[in-house]
Amino acid sequence: MTIQFNDETFRDDYSFHNSEWAIRRFPFPFHEDSYMYSMNAEQHRGGPDGSVYENRFDVDEHYVSEMQDRAKVLSEDPLRCQSLPHMTLAGWDLLELIMVSKSEDYPDLFELHRDGDQWRWVNKPLGIDDTFTFLDESTLPYGPMEYITRQSQGDFALLDQRDENLWMDAGMVTTQADWSLDFNIGMNFIEWHGPVPLANEMGIFKRALKFLLNIPQGSPGRRLNWTMTVNPLLDTSPENYHKWGIQKTTLTPENIGAKQHLRVELQTFYRLPRSNALAFPIRCYLCSFQDLMTMPKWGRRLHRVVRDLPVELATYKGFIDNRPLMIDYLSKFDDGLPTSPGIFPEPETEPPLKT
Amino acid sequence: MSKFEFPPSIGSRPVWGTLEPRVGQAHLFVADAQGAEAILDVATPELMAAAHIIFITRGTDYADKLRALNPSQFYEGPSYDAALSRIKRVLSDAKMGLQVYISGTESLMGQMTNEAAQAGVPFESIQTEHRGSTARRMQCVHCKGFTEEVETDPFVCCHCGLNLFVRDHYSRRLAAYQGVCVDAEDPGNVPAQKGIYE
Repeated sequence: MTIQFNDETFRDDYSFHNSEWAIRRFPFPFHEDSYMYSMNAEQHRGGPDGSVYENRFDVDEHYVSEMQDRAKVLSEDPLRCQSLPHMTLAGWDLLELIMVSKSEDYPDLFELHRDGDQWRWVNKPLGIDDTFTFLDESTLPYGPMEYITRQSQGDFALLDQRDENLWMDAGMVTTQADWSLDFNIGMNFIEWHGPVPLANEMGIFKRALKFLLNIPQGSPGRRLNWTMTVNPLLDTSPENYHKWGIQKTTLTPENIGAKQHLRVELQTFYRLPRSNALAFPIRCYLCSFQDLMTMPKWGRRLHRVVRDLPVELATYKGFIDNRPLMIDYLSKFDDGLPTSPGIFPEPETEPPLKT
Repeated sequence: MSKFEFPPSIGSRPVWGTLEPRVGQAHLFVADAQGAEAILDVATPELMAAAHIIFITRGTDYADKLRALNPSQFYEGPSYDAALSRIKRVLSDAKMGLQVYISGTESLMGQMTNEAAQAGVPFESIQTEHRGSTARRMQCVHCKGFTEEVETDPFVCCHCGLNLFVRDHYSRRLAAYQGVCVDAEDPGNVPAQKGIYE
């Protein structure tokens, strides 16, 4: 299909919006009526037609506006993109992975023409047509990781693998759920997950690390993670928390449906061929509560999940103060009927809300 | 002086050790304030014969006791910054087999470990031991300014003036804990200040 790209903002007047198409394909993160941490990883080998799982790097109607937002963030704070000196090769690996994937998955939007190490990359939505020498940094306007991730939705971490651990040694991070690349760069897997409650005691990180260390080439993985964000603010960075934190206090019973967004990360994991690093794209999707409620299954389920979430998790995810307001709103969309298993909304078969 | 037992904490928080004599061609000791006591505990005549002690006094009077150990080289200075050019010089002259012993505050151990590692000293050859103050070196995540000797939580960033919550989240690369605005969602509502380990 041809994608109509939205002209929208993720700051100030927040004109971000989801079309019906985008709502229907939103990666709702709850496969049942309750939530607890788990690794919940699966192979990233496509998915239903039109879903965010279908292609290796999903491109949607927010693409152009998200890239404009990223450019603004980087202009204000270039440290949101950093790469330690030994990670340049992994950056080239990532550039190749994304260019090959996008040109194959979206041939009407992206073209890659390769003649030996002379590469021509055409990005039609962003109006880019560049020719460069693969593995020669001097032929690109940015380092390879920065170049390609200025043209790819979602955050990207490049994880070096050594000493039976993963090290966050490079990244492009402008749509993060409140963590700082500048602070975390150079940390290993256990260190950068230090602040996460409960999961460590549950042994999640040890098992997750073992899984990730063993991801082979050609066999990527994926999982969903989630949090809550008031207003469709992509850049919820710790750096700017003193500026955006106050927005969390602006919810009212009248505006919560429009203002409160479920924030979902589609995390994928790719072994890179030359560097043996792990590429860790973290793609952020936002959907307002009122748009989610157009799917009866999601209305019922979101109410049950938010209501029953352990206090530690609601606190860590930053919405403990707003939870009562959320439950009041969501309860109107839960008639107590059972929900079908799985994350997909199934509007054709799920019963409408009983009023 | 008894050693402070740090409470159990999160995965990014460093765990410090106890100095022990190692076999090596040369031994570099770097200590601040009460960190001198760890050197006094571990010192042997054999170790001292090939030892370079760099001691940052921070107002303490351990220098004479350390000098009495008869190290091969001895330096006494007022602060880490003042000692840093000498430390860099010693590390750049170092040969394979150098053993590094760092004792004292977390700020010193964090920064000095980085300095040694950047000079190519393998982590297996770097030992640490905490002694003395439990104050933290802190980076404000907002203005990126570092504040030394943070003993209370919350505290006011001495650079940007925000009220900061002192996290346990620690970056070895920055040798610092993270400070995050504590009243962003309710400006002015700042919890009562208390000692970090109270």
